[in-house]
Formats: sequence, structure tokens, C-alpha cells
Amino acid sequence: MTISFLILALIAVAGTGAAMALRNLVHCVLALTVGLVGLAALFLQLGAQFVGFTQILVYIGAVAILAVFAIMMTRSAEQTAHHVLSANWLAGALVAAAVFALLGWAIYYGSPTPRSIPPQPEASVNQIGIALMHRFVLPLEIVGLLLTAALIGAAVLAMDDTTVRESRISEGVVRESKETR
Amino acid sequence: MSPLSAYLLVAALLFSIGLAGALSRRSAIVVLIGIELMLNAANLNFIAFWRYGSNPMALTGVMFALFSIAVAAAEAAVGLSIILAVYRHSRTTDLDQMNSMKG
Repeated sequence: MTISFLILALIAVAGTGAAMALRNLVHCVLALTVGLVGLAALFLQLGAQFVGFTQILVYIGAVAILAVFAIMMTRSAEQTAHHVLSANWLAGALVAAAVFALLGWAIYYGSPTPRSIPPQPEASVNQIGIALMHRFVLPLEIVGLLLTAALIGAAVLAMDDTTVRESRISEGVVRESKETR
Repeated sequence: MSPLSAYLLVAALLFSIGLAGALSRRSAIVVLIGIELMLNAANLNFIAFWRYGSNPMALTGVMFALFSIAVAAAEAAVGLSIILAVYRHSRTTDLDQMNSMKG
């Protein structure tokens, strides 16, 4: 356990904890990005460069921006300024504490005796690409299909249905006027 | 404490923070962010077990983490658009006020 690990773990835990505790939702997302940067740095420290940079690209570049867009479009930054916690927040906090206690107990008592630390394994982009194209090509295609379906579904869900209905009505009006002519 | 257990402990802490946020916040967007945090904690576990596992040349942990990130991105897009659709219908993102399935 090195100093850099402690610093990065502290950044990750503090950022995500602030994301769950702050009142203003925009501040929540900003704290979330700090926590995710810490988590990506932990990935880099573990030797998984590609996963770390993918984490930065996907989470900070896409998911956080998407959350900011959702906050702005629902105007929830100024609405829920008074009551941020739900009615049964105590039960939720107790459940989370119990889960952490169980996981910590299992990690503390269940971890094997520390043997010699294996050397840093290599996971270059070249190796990952070859593995994706050979051994993992079927999961890759399935994930591509899943992403396509999910993004089309998200666009359809987020589409304003009143404009769709109005355009259909106007098309119907045009068709009827053509028929009457 | 071995380095593997230190990483696992950090992942457990992140998972618990996400679970606490998902269970006790009122805003639907923060609940979705908490679920994303729980998925990220699982990713940290995958990478830690890959790094300190017995056969790291198979790249299985890295692949699992990459696919998990892709599924989490799809989940975030669909979840946020569902929140937008619900907001357009009921004019709120407060989960305590979303108490009816219809109407």
C-alpha cells in the first residue's frame, strides 16, 4: 500500500461521497467527475491503461455531460433545494452501512495470505485489440448491438411526443385536404 | 493488509456510498448516479482481481471491465431519457412524488 494509492483512493471516495451528499445537483455532478477521475487513476495505477482512459472518455466525457443535460432540462437544480433526502433515508443508510460491514468483514477475514506480488502484467492496446478481434469477437458484436438498440431507444423515449402528434395531425390534415380536392 | 484487499476495500466503500445515495436521495438523477457508482465499484474489483490474479495474461478482467463500461453507458442513456419522459408527464423528478403508475 503506497502513498499514491492512499491519495487516489481518498480522491475517489471523497469525490463520490460529496456527489451523494451535496444539495445542489450541479455540484453533485462536478464532485462525481472528481471521484471518477480518482477511480480512473486507480485503474491506471493497476496497470490497465486502456480501461482507465476509456473510463475518462465514457464517464467524464459522456455520462457526466448527459447527467448535466438531464438536470438542466428537468430544471431540478433549483427545485429540490430544501428536501434532498427521501422519507425513508435512515433505512437506506442503515442498509448501505450493513452492506459495507458485510463486505469489509468478508474482505478482512476471507482474503488469502499475502503471497509474493506478481509482476505487473501487460495489457497494451495492441493485445486488447487482438483479444477483442479473436477471442471476444462475439461479445463485442453483442455489445455493439446492445448499444445501438439502447441509444435508439433512448432517443425515441426522450423525443417530445407532442411534436410527433402534431406532425401526424398536420399530415392527416394535408391528406384529407388533398382527398377533398 | 495485502494490496488486493486494500483495493477491494476501496471498491466496497464506493459500492456502499453509491447504495446509500441510491436508497436515500429524492432526486431521480442522483439515484441514477448512485447506480453508476455501484457499477464502477464492480469495475475496480474486476481490474484488481486481474492485476493480482493467477493468470493475468488472459486479459479476462480487462475485457469484463470494458464490456461493463459499455453496458453502464447504455444504462445511463436509457435511464436519463426515461427520467426526461417522466418529467415531461408529471413535471417532477422527485421520487417521493412519483407514486402512481398511470395518470
